[in-house]
Amino acid sequence: MTGFERFVDTFFKWPLIVQYTPSILAGMVVTIQLAIAVVLTGLLLGLLLAVLRSLGRRILTWPIMLFADVMRALPPLVLVLLIYFGLPNVGITLSAFTVLWLVLALTLAAFAEEIFWAGMTSVRKGQWEAASATGLTYLQAVAYVILPQAVRITIPPLTNRTIAITKNTALGTVIGVPEILNQATTAVSFAGNATPLTLGAIAYLVLFFPVVVLGRWIETRFAWKRA
Amino acid sequence: MEQLAEQFFNLEIALQVWPLMLRGLGMTLMLCAIIIPLGIFGGLLAAIAATSNSHALRIFTRVYADFFRAIPPLVLLIFVYSALPFAGINLSPLAAVVIAFVLNNSSFYGEIFRAGIQSIGEGQWHAARATGLNLAQTLFYVIIPQATRNVLPDLASNTLEVVKLTALASVVSFSELLYSADMARSVTFNATPIVMAAAIYLIIMWPLVRLVGRLEHRIGS
Repeated sequence: MTGFERFVDTFFKWPLIVQYTPSILAGMVVTIQLAIAVVLTGLLLGLLLAVLRSLGRRILTWPIMLFADVMRALPPLVLVLLIYFGLPNVGITLSAFTVLWLVLALTLAAFAEEIFWAGMTSVRKGQWEAASATGLTYLQAVAYVILPQAVRITIPPLTNRTIAITKNTALGTVIGVPEILNQATTAVSFAGNATPLTLGAIAYLVLFFPVVVLGRWIETRFAWKRA
Repeated sequence: MEQLAEQFFNLEIALQVWPLMLRGLGMTLMLCAIIIPLGIFGGLLAAIAATSNSHALRIFTRVYADFFRAIPPLVLLIFVYSALPFAGINLSPLAAVVIAFVLNNSSFYGEIFRAGIQSIGEGQWHAARATGLNLAQTLFYVIIPQATRNVLPDLASNTLEVVKLTALASVVSFSELLYSADMARSVTFNATPIVMAAAIYLIIMWPLVRLVGRLEHRIGS
């Protein structure tokens, strides 16, 4: 066997590609479900927390800041293990899917809250005053004046952070969520060949490469033009 | 309540596993000391290539960066650690972790440095070259110092992510902090070691999170 044939036989063995593509596709479905759940709940919760923080009540601000700090400081895998293996000891059993969704959504919420908050505080006070001076209502001011300006600096970091946290769905493999990586590693141990992992890597590329390119485009599209 | 304390804050177990956790922390710090400088160095090289005049080099570094930013680091790590042996390449956990994470974080650092270099006006290049500096001197004495200053908050926040990333090394049984904690958990059937690991990560990371927040704020205003 030539070196190239050995390489193909190890990483792209055709019978195994045929055999394991269905389970990798099944894994992709789980990954996509998780990703959608995490992104929707994480961003919504983050926005909600940022709005609550903007009310300026200390009783709200302090717990929100504490939550955001702790969730940004801890590696998600630590929380996944803590919740998945710790809670059953006190009688609370959550499915692996639920645990992963909870941890990633809360992590995203913490980062999103900080980003939304930074966006809201970046709009100068004069903009609020000018908006209401021209006769806009509070809602009109928010929708037509404040948000369009806040979004400009919010979108790029938010996109990058969302992509990074969504990629963490691969952590599910550690607690047995049947997502792409889990399917791939299981298949590798059955097949005794690396091909399923190659398939898994390709599946992630198919899902995330377009998103990364989109993120790059958004970054340039929304960047302030430097004078 | 008592059960909760027993399961998550068990002092007896905490004292028992403390030396193991300290050793794990040492390994985590060692890992950081290896992959952060290597990642920054690789990122700088990638950024210099990405802003060079060569069209081919620019395309190559863009694909490199997007490729490694699209693959989840855990997937890359497991590929390096458990797929490469099928091709006869056997790596120790440490080597696998370093290779996977440096590929991953150098592409993130690279994108940050690229943005920094591109934020420096043409005039700086012209002025540096006009005073007789060569290309390398221009880069290292004029462009990169200013570029780094401009993207310092992003560099700091990415470095935080790299520190958190090291927890993934536990998956390939590299005995860093989280791996030690999980070992202790499976031996004691008690979640206290994981709580301790979380507390240690918090103690290290919290001040850094605050610091990065302040950096971002200062540059932003």
